Amino acid sequence: MFDFLEGYDLLGAFWVTIQLTLLSAVGSLVWGTLLAAMRVGPVPLMRGFGTFYVNTVRNIPLTVIILFTSLGLSQTLGVTMGAADNFETQNFRLAVLGLTLYTSAFVCEALRSGINTVPVGQAEAARAIGLNFTQVLTLVVLPQAFRSVVGPLANVLIALTKNTTVAAAIGVAEAALLMKEMIENEAQLILISAVFAFGFVCLTLPTGLILGWVGKKVAVKR
Amino acid sequence: MTEVSVAKDDVAATGDLVVLKSVNKHFGALHVLQDIDLTIARGEVVVVIGPSGSGKSTLCRAINRLETIDSGDITIDGKPLPQEGKALARLRADVGMVFQSFNLFAHKTVLENVMLGQIKVRKADKKVAEEKARALLDRVGVATQADKYPAQLSGGQQQRVAIARALAMDPKVMLFDEPTSALDPEMINEVLEVMQQLAREGMTMIVVTHEMGFARSAANRVVFMADGRIVEEAVPDQFFSNPRSDRAKDFLSKILHH
Ligand SMILES: Nc1ncnc2c1ncn2[C@@H]1O[C@H](COP(=O)(O)OP(=O)(O)O)[C@@H](O)[C@H]1O
Ligand SMILES: [Mg+2]
Repeated sequence: MFDFLEGYDLLGAFWVTIQLTLLSAVGSLVWGTLLAAMRVGPVPLMRGFGTFYVNTVRNIPLTVIILFTSLGLSQTLGVTMGAADNFETQNFRLAVLGLTLYTSAFVCEALRSGINTVPVGQAEAARAIGLNFTQVLTLVVLPQAFRSVVGPLANVLIALTKNTTVAAAIGVAEAALLMKEMIENEAQLILISAVFAFGFVCLTLPTGLILGWVGKKVAVKR
Repeated sequence: MTEVSVAKDDVAATGDLVVLKSVNKHFGALHVLQDIDLTIARGEVVVVIGPSGSGKSTLCRAINRLETIDSGDITIDGKPLPQEGKALARLRADVGMVFQSFNLFAHKTVLENVMLGQIKVRKADKKVAEEKARALLDRVGVATQADKYPAQLSGGQQQRVAIARALAMDPKVMLFDEPTSALDPEMINEVLEVMQQLAREGMTMIVVTHEMGFARSAANRVVFMADGRIVEEAVPDQFFSNPRSDRAKDFLSKILHH
């Protein structure tokens, strides 16, 4: 019944999906945190930039952003992501970049709502003992903000996992691209879709369950 | 109230520690601090009293620059308040602040709360910081709670930890903004006793409070504020038994008869 799978590197394709997800997750966590720091910081220019970035990026379809990294950054501006001679690597990295730029806007907003759960008084007390802005943020505010948004961040991660399929648009050999290829070659539309759907559920379901548990575990008692 | 009265006259005034000169501040149209002149000598304990909204909290917050001022000068130990950056952070470390709502760091244990500033601001060694933190927690009577989180403590215990956290920075002056107002009545004394102890040891203190027992027994001076102005300054006994201004008389009659 599953003979149609023969000759296709299903695991390899999902491995690319996982790599796209993990690298973009780390990237968006870093960039999203920096954006959130800008948005709550004292420098008007940075606040303005953060606000502008988030409002712009999260309103652009991901496909447009991914295509832009390929057509705009790579082909027009010549950004090669350090892999000029290897087209496959280049596209993979561009996809990670695009996914990171996009997802970080959502990470930023999730974090900002977490920052709002931290009582202002604690930040003031931190300033009162002489901590500077960065220390107040990294030692007092962000640790509590992160703990309160593990759930929302898990949702962002799940969305990211599914969003990696958009990388197929620039030819990254992840799961969705293989699925498209298989559907074209085999007369097993429903079964093939089911296999891939199952694959994604296998990736996202544990994410939700584990992070849900972690969220409860690290919640700050007030 | 336990009868502990400081020998007020023994406190040698070895210079002015906190000096405010014609300080003005607005919140929009509200003139919340109006030409405030106030000098606090080293070792002096000043109680600030006045109706809600008169600007007492803003005054405290201006002294360690949690609020900026529009005009005037504030100096701590002869140095003007820095604008921003490192110098300001250093100054804040020299001015301890205790808030009405405790504001302990909820994700850190009691011990970590008292160690954080020592390590990150004073760059103290971890071992040294822990020893000092434990000694301070012992001094405020919560040594046994060191490994708990703030939410597991009573309000009175939390406020005593907050005092220890401020003391850990070896501040030159301590500001208390209604430190007992959020406490259940049975916990007020445990906090006041710690403050009285501090006063006896010669700490310079500015205390916003309506606790008259504390004011009478620990304060060198009472400053009465109303509508953003200092209306009256006097030694506690004189202020409470014989206020000069009508505003003070009116205010005292209200807090005495409620
Ligand atoms: N951040 C702020 N923005 C606008 N108005 C404020 C702010 N903080 C305090 N106020 C106003 O300033 C006045 C003085 O407040 P405050 O200093 O807290 O008084 P007190 O501590 O004596 O009760 C009040 O009318 C208050 O509403
Ligand atoms: Mg107040």
